[in-house]
Amino acid sequence: MNNNSKTQLSLYDLKKNFQEVHLGLSNQEAIEEANRCLYCYDAPCITACPTGIDIPSFIKKIASGNVKGSAKTIMISNPIGASCARVCPTEELCEGACVLNHSTKPIMIGNLQRYATDWAMKNDQLLFKAGQKNGKTVAIVGGGPAGLSAARELALLGYQVTIFEAEKEAGGLNTYGIVSFRLPQAISFWEVDQVKSLDVEIRTNTRVGKDVSVKELMENYNAVVLAIGMSSVPKLGIEGEDLDGVYDAIEFVKTTKSNNISDHLVGKRAVVIGAGNTAIDGATCSVRLGAENVKILYRRTEEEMTAYDFEYEFAKQDGVEFRWLMAPKKIIGDENGKVKAMECIKMELAEPNEDGRRRPVPVKGSEFTLQVDAVIKAIGQSRYIQLIDQFGLEHDGGVVKINQETFQTSNEKIFACGDVIFGKGQGEAMVVSAAQQGKDTAYAIHKQLFKKTTETA
Amino acid sequence: MADLRINLAGIKSPNPFWLASAPPTNSGYQVQRAFDAGWGGAVWKTLGDPILNVSSRFAAVSFNGQKVAGFNNIELITDRPLEVNLKEIYETKKRFPDHAIIASLMVEPKQEKWHEIVKRVEDIGVDGLELNFGCPHGMAERGMGSASGQVPELVEKQTYWVKEVAQTPVIVKLTPNITDITVTAEAAVQGGADAISMINTINSLMGVDIDTWNTIPHVAGKGAHGGYCGPAVKPIALNMVAECARNPRINVPISGIGGISNWKDTVEYLLMGATGVQICTAAMHHGFRIVEDMIEGLSNYLDEKGIPSIDGIVGKSVQRYSDWGNLDLNYKVVAKINNDVCINCNKCHIACEDTSHQCIDMLKDENGKGYLKVNEEDCVGCNLCSIVCPVDGAIDMIELQSEHPPMTWNERQAAIGSVQSRQVDVGK
Repeated sequence: MNNNSKTQLSLYDLKKNFQEVHLGLSNQEAIEEANRCLYCYDAPCITACPTGIDIPSFIKKIASGNVKGSAKTIMISNPIGASCARVCPTEELCEGACVLNHSTKPIMIGNLQRYATDWAMKNDQLLFKAGQKNGKTVAIVGGGPAGLSAARELALLGYQVTIFEAEKEAGGLNTYGIVSFRLPQAISFWEVDQVKSLDVEIRTNTRVGKDVSVKELMENYNAVVLAIGMSSVPKLGIEGEDLDGVYDAIEFVKTTKSNNISDHLVGKRAVVIGAGNTAIDGATCSVRLGAENVKILYRRTEEEMTAYDFEYEFAKQDGVEFRWLMAPKKIIGDENGKVKAMECIKMELAEPNEDGRRRPVPVKGSEFTLQVDAVIKAIGQSRYIQLIDQFGLEHDGGVVKINQETFQTSNEKIFACGDVIFGKGQGEAMVVSAAQQGKDTAYAIHKQLFKKTTETA
Repeated sequence: MADLRINLAGIKSPNPFWLASAPPTNSGYQVQRAFDAGWGGAVWKTLGDPILNVSSRFAAVSFNGQKVAGFNNIELITDRPLEVNLKEIYETKKRFPDHAIIASLMVEPKQEKWHEIVKRVEDIGVDGLELNFGCPHGMAERGMGSASGQVPELVEKQTYWVKEVAQTPVIVKLTPNITDITVTAEAAVQGGADAISMINTINSLMGVDIDTWNTIPHVAGKGAHGGYCGPAVKPIALNMVAECARNPRINVPISGIGGISNWKDTVEYLLMGATGVQICTAAMHHGFRIVEDMIEGLSNYLDEKGIPSIDGIVGKSVQRYSDWGNLDLNYKVVAKINNDVCINCNKCHIACEDTSHQCIDMLKDENGKGYLKVNEEDCVGCNLCSIVCPVDGAIDMIELQSEHPPMTWNERQAAIGSVQSRQVDVGK
């Protein structure tokens, strides 16, 4: 990677920094690894996969040379299986459950999944056909992992599906929120194309509540799926937050995704506030943009950080420094309104509070100042509360309440899945969980609409 | 260190590892490299009237990523002039006087042809002769190789012609492309063979290219059957060696050939009655250097067993090989799963459930953790579970104490027969 600020970095070098870090397996590597799979019966890796991919089967198909069949086996269970091959915390899921953990070493399931889906991508395969139309329509608000997954499954069941996507492109987090060097946009676009090929209409640049009304959706579709995810990073609530050089980590990553790389961070000192996966993304992107020093500031400790272990490792390898038990107090600007320093305070952990996490409290008089040029905020994400209110749905601080069985909201015609239902002890944060929720939502809609049909008939 | 020297029907070599008559022994250069590497002997690529070879000659079977599980060739005997081969044999023997050089021979089934070649070869000095009655492709179409090796009378007669003039020990190399190899082995012995070697290669078509629909290998779009060898043929060859070894009418030493890849395979052949072994595919796969481990492994094995020389193991398992009718019907083994070693892949369960005797249950303990258990009542001791198990030590086949004394099928039939004949007697 190029981030030596002493030499002049070209934009070309910086762009190269955002190319995918890991090369996929070669044919030979994939076949050797596939042959190592035991092809377990009732395999624990399948159970460990939130979308229940028939992992031994897709691996066997790689070994036999039926790579198209392999890709289909993956994608039928997980409509965003190509992205998940790259971003899933596999050591906590399928690979963690592999029986070979108890004898030799686990199969590289994620890499094999990537191999099969990469093959399908390179060979322009359209894997599925839309089901015979059943006359029902579904509007999906949000074309991210959950929305796409619901759309794919509904299309297979014969629904006429329309996705309303506020952004220029569909794919949500996979398109805009996960760093390019881990998940290039092309992967997400391919998955979007797979969904489109099932006669799913995706209206991009269309914000529900502004470009199209909630009323219109409610009147024109048999069911509505709310899969709007989460919004921008909330305010830190400290002085200096609006200075030039303070970024929202989500937006910060998003600008690097569209190949819109600039050299404004070359040689600079960046501080990321927070220690979740998005904070790691903000930090590693900063390194790749040429920042000379990148620190992650977290008010708790390594123990409490929410980033996956492999993300943490990755950041450390990128040279990101971690500063535990510290919080920002004030961001200080220069005469031009640009960030030049940040006042911080040391923290200590008090007894656990009601959510079981130890609460950080400031250590009196421990203030100190860090010289910084950029501050990247990654302290979580806010919610699209306004839109949720427009739909008139019950929610808890923006976390839409659902029936856990049916994914139905307080309005029985509206279903919700993905990050919009994650939080307050409900749902899961992983991309792969959103995919499964999308599928489950589709089945719930199918059950509801066709139960009604039989009743009226 | 154990004494690895062997004496096979008078042919002496420093160890039991000979290169078989094949591409690795095509020239003096190669055989000398092999002897430098440690091989004890070499059977020179078959001499005869020089032939023409085709291009595209070998093919191999890969299995689940394992290369050269089986190997096949359509190469014929030597394509170099006899004088050149003889000169190189002479030079090699001069450089390596203690190593065994055996000349493999193949000529038309005519007495004068055999007399002529035997004399010419023995004139330059070899340690023995091996008559190639086994090559299954090409030469067989001209009435030689396995074509004559499949006819017991021709085996006997040609061996006899050779023995009429030969001064050195004569080994007859047999083809496996025959229903009962002991018949041709006996014919060789009848003809006066000093030893027999087996097996030559098995008729084979390695595959069909599913894109071009050509055979594998093909020569300009046409294929012909080849000779199959390599690890995949070892069980077939070992059985043939064992059948000859336990046959009292085949009382000559055996040179074992077929899929031998390492010292362990060698020990098995020696235990089953071979005095020495011949190897080809393993060398073609990895080069001559493999012999170093073979020598060392065999030597360590003998040392660990406290056996001073090769003689101590030759034929030691022959007595244990018999007919099915002599197996004890009351012997019983059952599978035992060691749950602390088992990794719960459930392969034993599904193999047993779908294809054997439905006696391995998938259960859950009080913590909900899965485990496997053998229902010993229903287990027939087929071994399938232990065969498919990927973890060493997870499944043992345990001998059960039998309630009944040993009883073979033959004994049982004999007992029934005597009871019936007594009943007949009583009935009279």
